[in-house]
Amino acid sequence: MPSSRIAPDKLLLTLIAYVVLGCIAFITVFPFLVLVINSFASEHAIINYGYSIVPRELSVSAYELVFLNPQKILQAYGVTVFITCFGTAASLFLSSMAAYSLSRRDLRYRNKLAFFIYFTTLFNGGLAPTYIVITSVLHLKNTLAVLVLGPMFSVFYILILRNFFMHSIPGSLSEAAKIDGAGDFTIFLRIVLPLTAPALASIGLFTALAYWNDWWTAMLYVERQSLMPLQYVLYKILSSVTMAANIVNNVATLNLPKESLKLAMTVISIGPIVLAYPFVQRFFIKGITLGSVKG
Amino acid sequence: MRRQGLIRELGKNRTLYLMFVPVCLYFVLFSYLPIGGIVLAFKEFNYRDGILGSPWNHFKNFEFFFKSGKAWSVTTNTFLYNLMFLALYTFFSVLTAILISEMKGKRFKKTAQSFMFLPYFISWVVAASFLYNLANYEYGMINRLLLWLGQKPINVYATPRYWYFILPFAYIWKWIGFGTVLYLAAIVGIDQECFEAATIDGANEFQKVFRITLPMLRPTMAVLVLLGLGRILRGEFDMFYQLIGNNGILIEKTDIIDTLVFRSLLGTQDFGMATAAGFYQSVLCFAIIMIVNRVVKALESDYALF
Repeated sequence: MPSSRIAPDKLLLTLIAYVVLGCIAFITVFPFLVLVINSFASEHAIINYGYSIVPRELSVSAYELVFLNPQKILQAYGVTVFITCFGTAASLFLSSMAAYSLSRRDLRYRNKLAFFIYFTTLFNGGLAPTYIVITSVLHLKNTLAVLVLGPMFSVFYILILRNFFMHSIPGSLSEAAKIDGAGDFTIFLRIVLPLTAPALASIGLFTALAYWNDWWTAMLYVERQSLMPLQYVLYKILSSVTMAANIVNNVATLNLPKESLKLAMTVISIGPIVLAYPFVQRFFIKGITLGSVKG
Repeated sequence: MRRQGLIRELGKNRTLYLMFVPVCLYFVLFSYLPIGGIVLAFKEFNYRDGILGSPWNHFKNFEFFFKSGKAWSVTTNTFLYNLMFLALYTFFSVLTAILISEMKGKRFKKTAQSFMFLPYFISWVVAASFLYNLANYEYGMINRLLLWLGQKPINVYATPRYWYFILPFAYIWKWIGFGTVLYLAAIVGIDQECFEAATIDGANEFQKVFRITLPMLRPTMAVLVLLGLGRILRGEFDMFYQLIGNNGILIEKTDIIDTLVFRSLLGTQDFGMATAAGFYQSVLCFAIIMIVNRVVKALESDYALF
C-alpha cells in the first residue's frame, strides 16, 4: 500500500473529529469572545444594535469609568487575592499534614480517623444548621475568617493526598529518617513535602481556583462592603444597577452605561484567570488524573 | 487493658495525631456541629433562645414541607435535571475524549482541548453574565439574530420550557472539558497492543472505536455514572441560582431542593422548614449513596467508596 494514500475510514473519522471538536471548541469559547468584544463597544451601540461579534462603535468608556474610581474594585480584588493566597497556603499545609499522618501505616487509628472526615461527605447537616452554627454559635458573620474558613478543606483532596503519599513515599524513607533521629513533623516538612511538590501544586491550584471563584460564602455571611470578594461584588453589579453605580462612585444611575459597565467589570474579574490559564492548565489536568487513579 | 493500648498509641504517635488535629477540629466545627443542628428540623428556631433553647414543634416543619406539595416537585425536579445532566455529560465527555484521542494534528487538538476546558475555570456568576449577553430579551445576541432573520424574539427569562434546554446546555458547556480529561486519561491507559493487533487483523478505525475503545472505557464509565447517581439528589445550586435567581415565573419548573432550602433560609427566614428540607435531602442522599456503593462493590470492588 502506498504510504501517501490514506484509508477512507481513517479519513472519515479524522474529518468527523475535526468538525465535531471544532464545533464544541467554538461553542465553549464563543461566550468569552462575545464578552471581550462587546466590552469595547459603546453603550449606544449595545442599546441600539444589541450584542454583536463586530461592534459598530468602539469605545473604552466603560473601562474608563471603572478606572476613574477604582478604590472599591481594588478593595474587592484585595480581599479576593488575600483569601486566595492565605487560604490556599493554609489549606494546603494543613491538608497535607493531616494527609501525611493518615498515610502512615504505623498509625493505628488512621482508618477510623479517615472515616471520621469522610463521613461528612456522606451525610451533612444541610445549609440551614450550618448557617445557624456559623452565625450564632461561632459568630463568624462579617469576618475575613469566614471567607477563608468556608471553602478551606475538601475531604476529597485530603484523601487524594493521603493516597499519593502512601504510594509515592517509600515507607523505608521515613524509617531511615527516624533512625537518624528526625521527628514525624520534621520528616513531613523536610522529606515528604519536597518530594511531592508537583502533586501539591495541582491540589493547591484547585483550592486557589475555588477561593477565587467563591461568591457563595460571601453571599451568606458577609454584608459589609469592605469585606466583599470580587466574585460577589460582580454578582451584585450584574444583578443591580444601584450597586454598579455605587461601585464606580457614580450617583447618576440614569446616565450610567450599565450594559457596557457590566461587561467591563466581568472582563476585569476574569482577566487574571484567563491570563494564567495557559500556564496552569497542565497542573489541573494532572490533578484530575491524580484523583481518578484511586489507590 | 484496651484503654492502656489507646493511651500508649496516642503517646507513641503523639506528633502524628497532633498533625491531624487542625483538620479534625475544622470538621468538628463546620460539619459535625451542623449535624447536631438538625434538631432544628423539629423546633421553631429563634435567635434569642438559640439552637438548644428554641421550643419544639415536633413534625410541623415536615408537615408544611410535604403538604405544600413542594417536597414532591423539588425532588422530581432535582432528580430529573441531574439525570439529564449526567447522561449528556457522560455522552459528550466520552465522545470528545475519543475524538481527541483519534486526532493526529497536535496543535488543533491542544487548542480545542484548551478551549473546552476554559469554562471550568470561571464561576457561575460569570457564566450567568454570558447567558445574559446571549439570551436577554432586549440586547441579547440570539434575539438580535432572530430579529435580523425576521423572526420574533424569544424571552427565555419568562418562558419555563426553554430552560429544559438551557440548563443541560450550560451544564455541559461548563463541565465538558473536565469530563474529557477524565475519560482521556482512561483511553491513554488502554494497552496500545490491542489496537495494533486489531489493525493487523484488518479492523477499520470505526470498528476499533466501537469494539476496543468503548468496551475498554466501560468500567470507568460505570463507576463515574454510579458516583454521579450517588449525588443525584444534590442539586447544582450554583448554576440554578446564578442563571435563574429568584425568577418567579420560572420557579415551578426549575426549583430544586437546594434552591428551595436557600430561599427558605435567607428569603422567608423559615429556619425550621429549611432544616427539615435539608435533612430530608441528606437522608435520601445517604440512602442512595449506600445503595450505589453496594453496587460498585459488586461490579468493581477496587472502586468502592468505602
